[in-house]
Amino acid sequence: MSVTGIGASVRRKEDVRFVTGKGRYTDDINRPGQAHAYFLRSPHAHATINNIDLSAALKMPGVVAVYTGDDIAADKVGGLICGWMIHSKDGSPMKAGAHPALAQGKVRYVGDHVAVVIADKLSQARDAAEKIVVDYGVLPAIVDPAMAVGADAKIHDAAPDNTVYNWHLGDKAATDAAFARAAHVTRLDLVNNRLSPNAMEPRAAVGDYDEGTDGLTLYTTSQNPHVARLVLSAFIGLAPEHKFRVIAPDVGGGFGSKIFIYAEETVCVWAARKVRRPVKWTSDRTEAFLSDAHGRDHVTHAELALDAYGKILGLRAHTTANLGAYLSTFSSSVPTYLYAPLLSGQYDIPAIYAEVDAVYTNTAPVDAYRGAGRPEATFVVERLVEIAARETGKDPAAFRRQNFVTSFPHQTPVIMCYDGGDYNASLTKALEIADYANIGKRKAEAASRGKLRGIGISAYIEACGIAPSAAVGSLGAGVGLWESAEVRVNPIGTVEILTGSHSHGQGHETTFAQLVSERLGVPIDNVAIIHGDTDKVQMGMGTYGSRSGAVGMSAIVKALDKIEAKAKKVAGHCLEASPDDIEFKDGKFTVKGTDKSIDFPSVALQAYIAHKFNGQELEPGLKESAFWDPTNFTFPAGVHICELEVDPQTGVTTIVKWTAVDDFGNLINPMIVEGQVHGGIAQGVGQALFEGAVYTKDGQLVTASFMDYQMPRADNLPSYNIAITKTPCPSNPLGIKGCGEAGAIAAPPAVINALTDALGHEDIAMPASPLAVWRAARKTMAMKKAAE
Amino acid sequence: MPTVSMTVNGKPVTGEVDSRTLLVQFLRETLRMTGTHVGCDTSQCGCCVVHIDGDAVKSCTTLALSCEGAKVTTIEGLANGDQLHPMQEAFRENHGLQCGFCTPGMIMTAVELVGRKGHNLDEKTIREELEGNLCRCTGYHNIVKAIAAGAQAMGAKA
Amino acid sequence: MYAFNYHKPATVAEAATLAGKHADGKLLAGGMTLLPTMKQRLASPSDIIDLSKLGDLRGIEVKDGVVTIKALTRHVTVANSAEVKKAIPALAELAGMIGDPAVRNRGTIGGSVANNDPAADYPAACLALGATIHTNKRSIPADDFFVGLFETALGEGEIITSISFPVPDKANYQKFRNPASRYAIVGVFVAKKGADVSVAVTGAGDSGVFRQKDFEAALKSNFSAAALDGKSQSAAGLNSDIHADAEYRAHLIGVMAKRAVAAAK
Repeated sequence: MSVTGIGASVRRKEDVRFVTGKGRYTDDINRPGQAHAYFLRSPHAHATINNIDLSAALKMPGVVAVYTGDDIAADKVGGLICGWMIHSKDGSPMKAGAHPALAQGKVRYVGDHVAVVIADKLSQARDAAEKIVVDYGVLPAIVDPAMAVGADAKIHDAAPDNTVYNWHLGDKAATDAAFARAAHVTRLDLVNNRLSPNAMEPRAAVGDYDEGTDGLTLYTTSQNPHVARLVLSAFIGLAPEHKFRVIAPDVGGGFGSKIFIYAEETVCVWAARKVRRPVKWTSDRTEAFLSDAHGRDHVTHAELALDAYGKILGLRAHTTANLGAYLSTFSSSVPTYLYAPLLSGQYDIPAIYAEVDAVYTNTAPVDAYRGAGRPEATFVVERLVEIAARETGKDPAAFRRQNFVTSFPHQTPVIMCYDGGDYNASLTKALEIADYANIGKRKAEAASRGKLRGIGISAYIEACGIAPSAAVGSLGAGVGLWESAEVRVNPIGTVEILTGSHSHGQGHETTFAQLVSERLGVPIDNVAIIHGDTDKVQMGMGTYGSRSGAVGMSAIVKALDKIEAKAKKVAGHCLEASPDDIEFKDGKFTVKGTDKSIDFPSVALQAYIAHKFNGQELEPGLKESAFWDPTNFTFPAGVHICELEVDPQTGVTTIVKWTAVDDFGNLINPMIVEGQVHGGIAQGVGQALFEGAVYTKDGQLVTASFMDYQMPRADNLPSYNIAITKTPCPSNPLGIKGCGEAGAIAAPPAVINALTDALGHEDIAMPASPLAVWRAARKTMAMKKAAE
Repeated sequence: MPTVSMTVNGKPVTGEVDSRTLLVQFLRETLRMTGTHVGCDTSQCGCCVVHIDGDAVKSCTTLALSCEGAKVTTIEGLANGDQLHPMQEAFRENHGLQCGFCTPGMIMTAVELVGRKGHNLDEKTIREELEGNLCRCTGYHNIVKAIAAGAQAMGAKA
Repeated sequence: MYAFNYHKPATVAEAATLAGKHADGKLLAGGMTLLPTMKQRLASPSDIIDLSKLGDLRGIEVKDGVVTIKALTRHVTVANSAEVKKAIPALAELAGMIGDPAVRNRGTIGGSVANNDPAADYPAACLALGATIHTNKRSIPADDFFVGLFETALGEGEIITSISFPVPDKANYQKFRNPASRYAIVGVFVAKKGADVSVAVTGAGDSGVFRQKDFEAALKSNFSAAALDGKSQSAAGLNSDIHADAEYRAHLIGVMAKRAVAAAK
């Protein structure tokens, strides 16, 4: 391992610009003549739009234009799409309601887009928006997914009972049979709470139209600019792809919320052509709460069947998933194929059956948020397993061990084939670091101070590196999920990597350069990573689902293989040897068994000056591209252990120790991997203890600012104890599994298992706020009193 | 339109503003210094923290006109040419940032914190002092480490 | 933010004249509450009268058993003041719990008291310590000053110039923060001076800060946390929201009061 190669904790190349304020985020971009857009949003959760009077608004100072859904319709701008087709049990396709970028005749959630005002200044646009008079006919609203079917609110004509689909996975008969012969059944009702993603950078878009070329440019906060261009071109129809450039510059966090194609960027690009001026929109935080796609929001009943020895026989789950008022870009896949296939957890479960009813409600659309489906599955599995152990009087760690998958490949009953792992190794290491054996002493010591102490395990698995295109296609995906890479070696031996992956905090400029440095022997400072621009990078699928390493870097490897092969031919000509006799190591091409060699930059130069070979036999230049389509998902897995203390007087929960042992396969940059784990844990702890997007019954979002939505702060969280185990991934050349979502997946059940351990009962929901914990602790104290 | 004059990162600047222009808008839109960020509208996230006359303040909750004659320091004014400020270097060294959006505010908060509380900062103090700065990426672990290290480095330099 | 006219008076008298002239105007001190409210377009003052030039409204004086803090003194100054820490440590601690460091660098005692946010901290200290609020026109006892939610006894053109706090024998402030906003869900300020005990509660009441007279009576005869055993705060008239319902607030008032008594010094 070199100091900058694979496995080294190289300090990040991108950081100098970020720590000096020289990052370039979308809102930092200003185009000459730019106007500003402000969206008038629905104050009602559900209403008809009877009339919109724009006359007063149009007279306001600085106003350039005001548009409504009528203008969108007149220009035949297509609606926003959901790109993953799910079929119901009965074979019928999901019921997708129309999703116009500006509302047409009806609004369906608070924050829905009613009109856009474009003005010279943002303050003018906002002033004018207040002068728009909308005559609403308020309709009944529904926000609770469990009550959506049969509610008075009829949200889409296409979905008469507010049902998007009734989907299922697994063998019902086999699962029912498993339950029929069970010695013990554990039953659990749970809610996976609704979350606001809250990347610190709010979404933003600048649409720019070039009259000379009839070309459109969109600068936007996207995790996947090529997918944005594809959707905006092919489905929404704003411009053909060859006249449409999408640039996602520095992006300040995504967590899924910036995968999707939203109304605002659609309108900015469309309006820029109409007003012949660049149009800029930047979300404020309140708008972000209202209209960024939320996450989670499941209501689940789940059951686990055990035999008399504590061996798991089967698992079944029924989930109602809230998809909000419209189907967001990938929303349909989250509670189905990203969820139910993970219900086997790390366990050998012979029979699994899951039913998922997805419903519309008068709330913001719900889509992928860090982990996307997998945290929901892990919460079901790890809560069930924990409670099953407690109910049968077994140690929760030992119970898990008894049921772990131990031989690979392991085909689960729900699609996934686990290709490798060592779950016992992670558990053993985690128990040791957490000092699990001595928890009893610590509980007693805490009790002497009037505190309730508990410990909770979460043994999670996720499916990342999404995935073989043919496989996801067979499951309904509208796109392939490969990744592309291009390696351009310049004549002096510097290297540009063009990747379809997108970094919004993950550090690709460093990790991808480490790979190139390792392979080509060039210093990482001589490697540039180019991403986020559809005019530069041919095509790409972007970054989500912890796929940039496993899929994106694998594409780079494939292109580097081609570079090496080509360079060997060039070197062969230079060294007057057959390419088969050339070895490439540490940046040097050597004729086997001789001291004849030439370094990489010299080969690059020779490739371009093309003096040493016949251009008919060997093409000049040194540039290769590749597409990588994996053969399987990757399966990161690990064990997190949370130890916490509750103050029963106030309900305040304090995490005293966090242990994480993860198997991510091979690591490129351990420092960056650890950082990903830290951030994931914080978000997972946030879900468990702090965060919840709350609507009133009539659909007003109560948690529409940081005043009401509790973000994890530094003083809410501990430092984390992080360790790794390693089983390389067999399905990609680097052996990488992916690490971006692990913490967010692992953490919620670890926290709730610890909390219920402390409380001595299972009666607590997420987020376990001080209020909720205080109530639960009262029950605990009453139970203790009764026992005395 | 009224004008406002102040010193930003040692340079005198003057600009026309609306009465309702916030300091952060003056910095970002008038001066085109975009290192100071806006992450919320309720004065809680701290992405916009700058120093006014040496005090860390939220530039999204300060009128530009109130800063007449003030000495303002932003993230762009911290490094000495190509030489990073020790706190900037500590964030880089300790991987105290991921997407970088909260980072300018974090660093400006941290530098002022060292001024108030000294070079030996324990974890508890640092975590409490970050009450007004939100980060969604790092889980704070490495930010806390970075600030402790940066505080030490500022002391060694002084 | 809506448009407004901006004024920056040089004297209190000038500020008072401007405030009298512009009935829909607002005085701007630190702006830590007013500006966010305006940014959300929840307030639309016609005029903003920026007090930041009034240098003579800054400073702290301790004399004859009274701590006097001028209106534009920032929270950070109070929190770090050696004189305040010595005379009324609870008051310095309270100032150090307001908002976050950047807010404390800007927010002022006068602004906080004049705004009378039902979840603000200073009103509890004013009430429990028997403070006097001095304006350009008169002096108002704290008991008469806080009228209701965001309402005070201040009249038009009246500007707080300073607040004086008699030094107690013992005092303490315990704050249970709203986990999201970090304002007080319940803040209890307990002060003992001679035979008198005051308990003021902020954050909880549906009409703002109030005194808990039952607790005061119990503590007068026995200033100890145990004296509050069996005493309870009624949930009637307390706020309910997603973070704390009235019953929880009532319970927390008892817990925080006991903790304040135990920690009083």
